[in-house]
Amino acid sequence: MSYTARNLTNGDRELIAFRIGDQEFCVNIMSVREIRGWTPATAMPHSPHYLLGVINLRGAVLPIVDLSARLGMKPAEPSQRHVIIVAQVKNQVAGLLVDAVSDILTVTDDNIQPVPEVSSDLERQYARGIFAIDNRMICMIELDALFPDNMSEAA
Amino acid sequence: MDMNEIKEIFFQECEEQLAELESGLMKLNDGDRDPETVNAVFRAVHSIKGGAGAFGLDDLVSFAHVFETTLDCVRSNKLEPSQDVLKVMLRSADVLADLTNAARDGGKVEETRTRGLVKELEALARGEVLAASAASAEPPAAKPAPAPAPVAAAAKPSPTDDSGFQPIPFSFDDFGGDEPAAATSDPAFEVTFKPRADLYAKGNEAALLLRDLARLGEMSVNCNMDALPRFEDMNPEGAYFWWVATVRTAKGEEGIRSVFEFAEWDCDIEVRGLEENVESDMPMTPVPFDLAILDGDGSLAADEQHHDDHDHDHDHDHAHVAAAAVEAVHTAQAAASVTQAARSAATAAPSAAAAAAAQQANNVAAQAGQTIRVDLDRVDRLINLVGELVINQAMLSQSVVESDNNGASSINMGLEELQQLTREIQDSVMAIRAQPVKPVFQRMSRIVREVADMTGKQIRLITEGENTEVDKTVIDKLAEPLTHMIRNAVDHGVETPEKREAAGKNPEGTVRLSAKHRSGRIIIELSDDGAGINRERVRQKAIDNDLITADANLSDEEIDNLIFAPGFSTAEKLSDISGRGVGMDVVKRSIQALGGRISIQSRPGHGSTFTLSLPLTLAVLDGMVVTVANQTLVVPLTAIVETLQPEADEIHSFGPSQRLISIRNSFCPLVDVGRILDFRPVAADPVEGVALLVESEGGGQRALMVDAIQGQRQVVIKSLEANYTHVPGIAAATILGDGRVALILDVDAVVAASRGQSLKTETALAAAG
Repeated sequence: MSYTARNLTNGDRELIAFRIGDQEFCVNIMSVREIRGWTPATAMPHSPHYLLGVINLRGAVLPIVDLSARLGMKPAEPSQRHVIIVAQVKNQVAGLLVDAVSDILTVTDDNIQPVPEVSSDLERQYARGIFAIDNRMICMIELDALFPDNMSEAA
Repeated sequence: MDMNEIKEIFFQECEEQLAELESGLMKLNDGDRDPETVNAVFRAVHSIKGGAGAFGLDDLVSFAHVFETTLDCVRSNKLEPSQDVLKVMLRSADVLADLTNAARDGGKVEETRTRGLVKELEALARGEVLAASAASAEPPAAKPAPAPAPVAAAAKPSPTDDSGFQPIPFSFDDFGGDEPAAATSDPAFEVTFKPRADLYAKGNEAALLLRDLARLGEMSVNCNMDALPRFEDMNPEGAYFWWVATVRTAKGEEGIRSVFEFAEWDCDIEVRGLEENVESDMPMTPVPFDLAILDGDGSLAADEQHHDDHDHDHDHDHAHVAAAAVEAVHTAQAAASVTQAARSAATAAPSAAAAAAAQQANNVAAQAGQTIRVDLDRVDRLINLVGELVINQAMLSQSVVESDNNGASSINMGLEELQQLTREIQDSVMAIRAQPVKPVFQRMSRIVREVADMTGKQIRLITEGENTEVDKTVIDKLAEPLTHMIRNAVDHGVETPEKREAAGKNPEGTVRLSAKHRSGRIIIELSDDGAGINRERVRQKAIDNDLITADANLSDEEIDNLIFAPGFSTAEKLSDISGRGVGMDVVKRSIQALGGRISIQSRPGHGSTFTLSLPLTLAVLDGMVVTVANQTLVVPLTAIVETLQPEADEIHSFGPSQRLISIRNSFCPLVDVGRILDFRPVAADPVEGVALLVESEGGGQRALMVDAIQGQRQVVIKSLEANYTHVPGIAAATILGDGRVALILDVDAVVAASRGQSLKTETALAAAG
């Protein structure tokens, strides 16, 4: 039985963890297409503040989202050290700019704790759970919730 | 390959056959009397009928059958293909196309129309040319609905229902006479076939050999089981049965022996010629379909058949359907199987229809060698990949040039060759998508016919340059505006025959549709020799609709262009044909959406000409690469009228924020692209930039201010919508030589925004936050 299949049967999740500033987040590995370095993006007119622009991903036009700004934190100043996570969001593909990818984790549902009651709307919208690994707190986020219907369906 | 796929192929082939049919009829209409043309038309209808029969599309089969019968009269020179006859036939071709579409998409075809045409076709087949032509003058829908019994029967029955086709007069002269003779003339043989155990051990199968034998001609076979032992004594690998077959075949003993060619060492074969009269004494149980000939006296059976036209029609029809069904599925084998099927179902003599079918199968087979069907997605993927290649090559060149100052290195030479090669590959790949405009043009001839019938006008459509090729997407999107324009030309452009005669013109109007290539674009011209645009009326109408003021001073050209204005329709009464609430503005918009332009020239009393200029492909675009607020943008070249460097004294402020530029004594609003797209908070100083004079929808000119022009190049269009969303002011994106994405400006949207209709700023993502 393959690694992935075993995990699926056990109810385990595989996640990719990444760092933004001093916080760690993770997303389901199945939605990640690839991870690539930062390349300058072409700014889009009339775009929301967290949209850095679009880049060429082997011929496709890929929008790049500053995840830090999207989560309501300090906007990133993209540099060579930044990383773009190319992820599937609904039926589209988008690039998420993060500081670094830190880990690939396998966790069971038991390890995931519910999100504590906090005042921030954003937290409640995108956070799907938190868990602790080696004294680090990692927040699991839901990409589809970050980009609701309008991005994928407005076209 | 499942049934649906085969069906889909059938419908695709139907489309080709329908095109063939229509172009053949048009040729006949133009006076072509080549028997090959008639044959081509006949074959087209015949194979549609055959295929439809295989799929049980009864409506289609019964109509095609009547059509085919009439065509056969033309083919056998019993019916002169006069204009009136061809008119009926062209309309029948339209109905056949409708029926095909209905069969595919599950729609419904007006039954009265079909029935009316069935009646006309039958009348033609009976030779009642005069009556039919009189009938054809009135619209088919107006025919009395209750049709006589035979017609009603013919419209409904399944292909095998003999009563349905009974009343249709059909010519059997071609084969009726010699057929009975043929039935008895083939020599009969008695074949004794005793397989040995080795035959089965080597994987041969007695039943298959016997089946092959049956294909030689009529056969009856009797199995001898005398050697079969008791079950306990049976050797499972033994061979106990043997057969005695009586075969009538023209191939003779040799043909029979050739069937057993690969098995003759493992069986005993005995072939013996039979005398004609011996067969009646044969002690065998014959296979049912041979009963008539084998049980009774041979000549008597044949005689009966000769007299029984009706039965024969039935058989013949079987042969048709069976033959064509095979043909629809196995094109390659068709020639062979058609003849066999015809033989086993009817009689040994090849009928005229079977010959025609075989001939057509050959044609199809010949064509199959020249073209292949490819999924459009595959082609598009290839085009995308080649676009990638071009970009990659450009990136590579750029980085080599940057890292290597010594320009004469062999790497540079190689790169140049690579560049040429990739260009060539790109052109060839684009050519795959290119298709002749013929199908669209052919559809137009039907529209002309229909509208002419409805309005009681006589119109002749002349098409030129049908083989001009253009991207498939362009063709697909061209059909609708062109249909509308053709309707307009026939309905409004060309006058009624009485008016034309009064004006000293030929009562038959001419509409000319032509296509040609000109400097990387396709030019489509639609001209009529009608009355031309009534400028007085257009002007009055525009005033009534508040499009212009009553005292506006307009040139003739400007008045003509008013018909493209939104909300303009000159028809005094809304007609069925062109007054459907969509005007020429919709036509203009759809042409512009294709990156094209439309213009009109009109001479009162002599007619009007519409000229469409369209890009050959939607995948690439000629653009001017410009810089705006440190961003690189591409402006479609088609929109740019001229570029100029504004001087300080040409710039005039107008109101609080507007600025105008004077160009040869006319004033044109300046639009700062950077400001409109929100790339900078305040408009830049026009004197430091470059103005692009653009013309947009509505005819208004604007000077778009950009910071600098980088150059002009062909760019591959990339969709923004695939992964993002539509952005106001931006038409699409492209990838430049350095690998970065550049945005393609939507000139019309930018100009509209400058008129005060602000770009919608709430993009989708903004709503998300």
